[in-house]
Parts: sequence; C-alpha cells; structure tokens
Amino acid sequence: MELIYGLVTGIIFGFLTQKARVLRYDKQLGALRLQDLTIVKFMLSNILVAMAGIYLLHDLGLVKLSVKAAALGPNILGGLLFGLGWGLLGYCPGTSLGAVGEGRFDALWGIAGMLVGAAAFAHTYDALKATVYTWGVLDKLTLPDLFGVSHWVVIALLTATYLLVLRFIERRGL
Amino acid sequence: MNSQNDRGAWSPYVAGALSGLLAVASVWVAGKYLGASTTFVRGAGMLERFVSPEAVATLSYYLKEKPIFDWQYLFVLGILVGAFLAARLGGGFKVQAVPDMWRERFGPARGPRAVTAFLGGVVAMYGARLAGGCPSGHGLSGMAQLSVSGFIAAAGFFIGGIVMARLVYGGATHGNAARRLN
Repeated sequence: MELIYGLVTGIIFGFLTQKARVLRYDKQLGALRLQDLTIVKFMLSNILVAMAGIYLLHDLGLVKLSVKAAALGPNILGGLLFGLGWGLLGYCPGTSLGAVGEGRFDALWGIAGMLVGAAAFAHTYDALKATVYTWGVLDKLTLPDLFGVSHWVVIALLTATYLLVLRFIERRGL
Repeated sequence: MNSQNDRGAWSPYVAGALSGLLAVASVWVAGKYLGASTTFVRGAGMLERFVSPEAVATLSYYLKEKPIFDWQYLFVLGILVGAFLAARLGGGFKVQAVPDMWRERFGPARGPRAVTAFLGGVVAMYGARLAGGCPSGHGLSGMAQLSVSGFIAAAGFFIGGIVMARLVYGGATHGNAARRLN
C-alpha cells in the first residue's frame, strides 16, 4: 500500500511540476542566473500551502512532523556542494526523472552521475561521520524552537515575507 | 519567457499551491514527506550489488538506506510517469539531448553537455547526501516544517548554484548586455 501511495503521489507531483515548467534545465539555470524565477514561484507557493496545512493538522494531532537533524558542517558544506553540482547539471534529483519524462534525455547522464555520487557517498560516510558530521550539531531544531515562539507567529511572519518576495519578483518581471 | 514551448503551461503559483496540497495530503494519508535523494542511495546499492555485493552488505550507509523499493523510490519513479503523461497530453514533450540555453551558449555538441551533466550529478548527489536532502526533502518538506536544517541547506543550494551558474555562463549583467546588443 505504501508503494502505491508513493507511486500515485509521484505521478501527481510529476504532472504538476511539468505543468509549471519547472523540470527544465532552462528554468533551473534561469533561476540560478536570476533571469527567470519560475521555480522559486513554484517552491514558495508549495511551501506557503504546506506550511499552514501541516502545522494545522499537527495541532489537531493528525500528523507527525519529520524534522531532519540540523548540523552546520554537513548542512552548509553539503548544501554548497549540491548547489555547485546543480549549476552544472541543471536538474535536481526529483526533477531529473521528470525531465526524462518530458524527453530531455541529457538528464539521463545526470541520473547516472547521481547514482555514482550516491555510491561515492556510501563509501566515504564513515570517515565523514567522524569529522564533518561532528561540526556544529544542533539536532532536530525548528525556527519556533530557536526563537521560543509559537509556530503560528513564525508561519505568519514567513507568509508575509514570502508574499513580499513574490511581489518583488513579479514587479521585476522575473 | 519561452513562449514557443509554453502551450498547456499552468501558472507556477497554481501548480505550486496544488503541489503543496499534495504534500499535506501525503503526510496525512501516508505519513510521508516529499523527498528524492535517498532513493539514489537505494538505487546505487541495487546496482553496486552486481559488482561488489559484500560492499553493499557491509557498508554502514547501505545498511542505513537499504537497497529496497520504498515509498520514496516509487514517488521518484512516479514523477517520470506523471511528467510524461502531462507532457504528452498537454504539450511540452520534446526529445532533446542538449537544452536550448546550453545550445545557445556552447553549441549543439552532445559530448560536452553529457560530461557536464554527469559530473554535475556526481557532485550534486554527494552534496545532497551530506546535507541530508535535496530541494524537495530540505527545500520543500524542510522549510514547510520550519526546520532549521531546511533553511540552511536551501540557502546553500541556491548560493552554490548561483556561483556555478556564473562560472558556466558568466555574470547575469554580462548576459543582459549581450542580449541588448543583439
């Protein structure tokens, strides 16, 4: 059943990302070159809805959060490394499959590279665990924890911020 | 912008908001948050089993992320199916080995694009696993949960990406100047 949920969710997500045109190299590089921020519009719209929805259901006791542990070393280094690779590849792990579905077969090279990168990571994980992973460990921290305020205060402030960012993007014609 | 390809396109705000509802529904119904990069570890393990089964059976990371089909694996495969259906039914399907923007800057040769995509994939996935997620796991699911790791990683994704895009294409202002000249 879990597998069927995964497949159906993926099909809908693939459908929506294709419709929004965010699967393409041109859109991803367009965002990284600050020329066409379609993917930022998509991501912020997703987050605006998901943020309120997930915390509402969480307050009602219907869902559990699944917060990834924060650690400055791996989050910052890994984040920057991902970004550098993303700028070369022009697809992210999820959208690379969608790009293939749209006929963009250069994404297949990226998928092959990502499988090699995942294997390389598996072979170096133990060494990283003793080093990078010990730098700046913050554990499963959320912004409401960090600032000691209600999550609805953070959600309200972020909602306002995201809407202002989107308005700025639209005004600049990006 | 790319109007020639945009038949059947939806507003990114509408599609993004619907994908946000999908994310909420997935957490509610299946208890699963959207993510993609762990699947590449499972996929790599499945392939590496053919070459060195002992490595896959002993390496701690493969024991942590076992080479099996799970919710996320099917989610990632589903993205291919959904994108194919949307592109075939609604427009936008195009068989292409070199993206338009790349072709404009570097020409139509497939080799350089293939090598760059492959190397970019290696670096991106190594980084995603180190960071603990990709733009869906950290970016969408992490930031929606207000998780500090999600904000840090997403900032890293965009900073690294903007730096590399500048290295590959030159400065944005340079690009604009070139366009004005044309």
